[in-house]
Amino acid sequence: MTPQALWTYGIVGATFALYIGLGFWARAGSIREFYVADGSLHPLANGMATAASFLSAASFLSLAGLLALNGYGGSVLLMGWTGGYVLLALLLAPYLRQFGAVTVPGFIGKRYAARSVRVVAVLCLLLISLTYLIGQMTGIGVAFAGFFGLSYELSVMIGVGLVAIYALFGGMKGITYTQIAQYVVLIFAYTVAAIFMALQLTGQPIPQLALASPLLNDPNGLSLLYQLDQVVTHLGFQHYSTHTLGSTFNMFVYTLSLMIGTAGLPHILMRFFTVPTVAAVRYSIGWTLVCLVLLYATAPAMGAMARWALLNSIHTGPIAEEHSYLLYAERPEWFKHWEATGLLTFTDHNGDGRIQYYDDRNPEFAVKAQEFGWEGNELVLNADVLILAMPEIADLPDWVLALMIAGALAAALATTAGLLLAIAAALAHDLMKGVFAPNSSEKMELLAGRLAMLGAVLFAGYLSLHPPGVAAETVAFALSLAAATLFPALLLGIFSTRFNQYGAIAGMLTGLMLTLGYIFQHKGLFWIPNTTFLIPEIGMGPNWLFGLMPEAFGAIGALANIAVAWLVSNFTTPPPQQIQHWITTRRASAYCDVGEK
Amino acid sequence: MTPEKRADYWRAHLNLLTLLLFIGFGASYGCGILLVEPLNALEFGGYRLGFWFAQQGSLFVFVVLVFVYAVLMQRLDRVYHATDADDAA
Repeated sequence: MTPQALWTYGIVGATFALYIGLGFWARAGSIREFYVADGSLHPLANGMATAASFLSAASFLSLAGLLALNGYGGSVLLMGWTGGYVLLALLLAPYLRQFGAVTVPGFIGKRYAARSVRVVAVLCLLLISLTYLIGQMTGIGVAFAGFFGLSYELSVMIGVGLVAIYALFGGMKGITYTQIAQYVVLIFAYTVAAIFMALQLTGQPIPQLALASPLLNDPNGLSLLYQLDQVVTHLGFQHYSTHTLGSTFNMFVYTLSLMIGTAGLPHILMRFFTVPTVAAVRYSIGWTLVCLVLLYATAPAMGAMARWALLNSIHTGPIAEEHSYLLYAERPEWFKHWEATGLLTFTDHNGDGRIQYYDDRNPEFAVKAQEFGWEGNELVLNADVLILAMPEIADLPDWVLALMIAGALAAALATTAGLLLAIAAALAHDLMKGVFAPNSSEKMELLAGRLAMLGAVLFAGYLSLHPPGVAAETVAFALSLAAATLFPALLLGIFSTRFNQYGAIAGMLTGLMLTLGYIFQHKGLFWIPNTTFLIPEIGMGPNWLFGLMPEAFGAIGALANIAVAWLVSNFTTPPPQQIQHWITTRRASAYCDVGEK
Repeated sequence: MTPEKRADYWRAHLNLLTLLLFIGFGASYGCGILLVEPLNALEFGGYRLGFWFAQQGSLFVFVVLVFVYAVLMQRLDRVYHATDADDAA
């Protein structure tokens, strides 16, 4: 076994042993403990666990990769995901705690005083969480591919098997403690890798400052960020720190979709329902955001440094000159390692044996490329891979890569656990116990919950064999669905007494249909390849609606949801008097509970 | 806990919400997206300022906002709770 493999088995094995040990140590005793976090936790501990639940493969793997490849355009993910917690703190979570919610569909059903609304909310929750789960399975697949050097498909299957065991045999017990451990593992791994890179490139240990510092031994003294701007434009790529993702309008709407989608995520919201006081809820969200920003504020440096390292490692001479690209025959070890997984591919279009990596869709650069005899970009790299490959590209110590793989798995597993709990609660508590079989015993509810988890893992695993994109894109679809369905229903339900069950159902279904329609049109029915139905002939080409990407559609779905809910509510009878009274008293009751525990 | 007082509390709280949301909007959508081009003309410690707001600044503003909200709401709750006790007495 190579030293690298030893390190990886050692670190991944040790962290898994820790998670399993914690799971056994803190077993859940009752059904309530099974679904929701321990209420007696310190806000910081709750914040770490919630952050682990949210920081998924999308944040750990794709985020820095997408920032690396899109530069400024990737900012939508940063602002959207963190801004969501501002909305969560100011507009949703504290009130839901005051209303005594146990699950998100449960609250919606109570607020709109109808079982049918609860069923629709469960449907939305399932679509959101399952889509989100596909992104996690994708991430686990990539991490295992890097770990074992196997193909992506095989790695996904191993991941599904592992998560299924984890879910079935007590993995969900003591989930909060396990998630705290997983947060520590993932943030440690991410920070260590970033500091190593920063030191290596600039001699400056703090990644954010490294990005703004000159490179070591560089005579012209420009900051890494400005250097990167120059280098990527030399290769015909878009200018790193100003290039937008689509239009400014697309970026605006994309950010908004991610923000309101994040705020409307049921598996995050439900963590705040059992916090003992409303003041503790507010602080808990603050600590969650601190834990998130520790990673998110490092990601831009990570992305830029990874891009720099990548460009450096495939050039032997000055960048963007005729024979400066590396010979394929002399490709480094990391290149071979990731080629084996199928997530990195090289095609020698011009047959010169060198790896040309440049933007072949840039018409201005085409002239130069032609002069050099380049016939197209020859290196295709999955954004999820870049960040895992980075320790090897930059030749960091073996244990850093091992730590990164353990971190990626921690991120994906913690989120998977949170999602599976939300799915189990929705099916067993809301649908079975709440609507169809109110007399079922606690034992049956637990069994149904476990079966729901198993089904969800297998289903998501199957769909992740052909993922709609890298983990972050899949998660963006899940957030779009949350934005278009649950967020408006919750927001209107709290801040207005006029919206009724008819409006809520019509609104959620409208938001769901429109958003799913736009996404499926671009990415295929349930992301099955070859089922896309774009119709350019009638003006429905890619991104046809004002140039909006399908990932950005959630905000439009939310607007439609609100408009329809308002119209329908105004033409039907208002909610019963006692419901209206309940809303106005409970939502403004925080001050009555001061000093209570 | 009279209905008037509750309405009063709710209004004070809505004002706070609006102010904080406006600041958050300004940092992210304002400085990070809509005004990014003019701000990029300025340099901030090795970063273009607009880029910095989009990838760093807005994140820090968000953290501060959530804690400011928690502290100010706790203060508001205490004030109303105290007068509630006075009313009862």
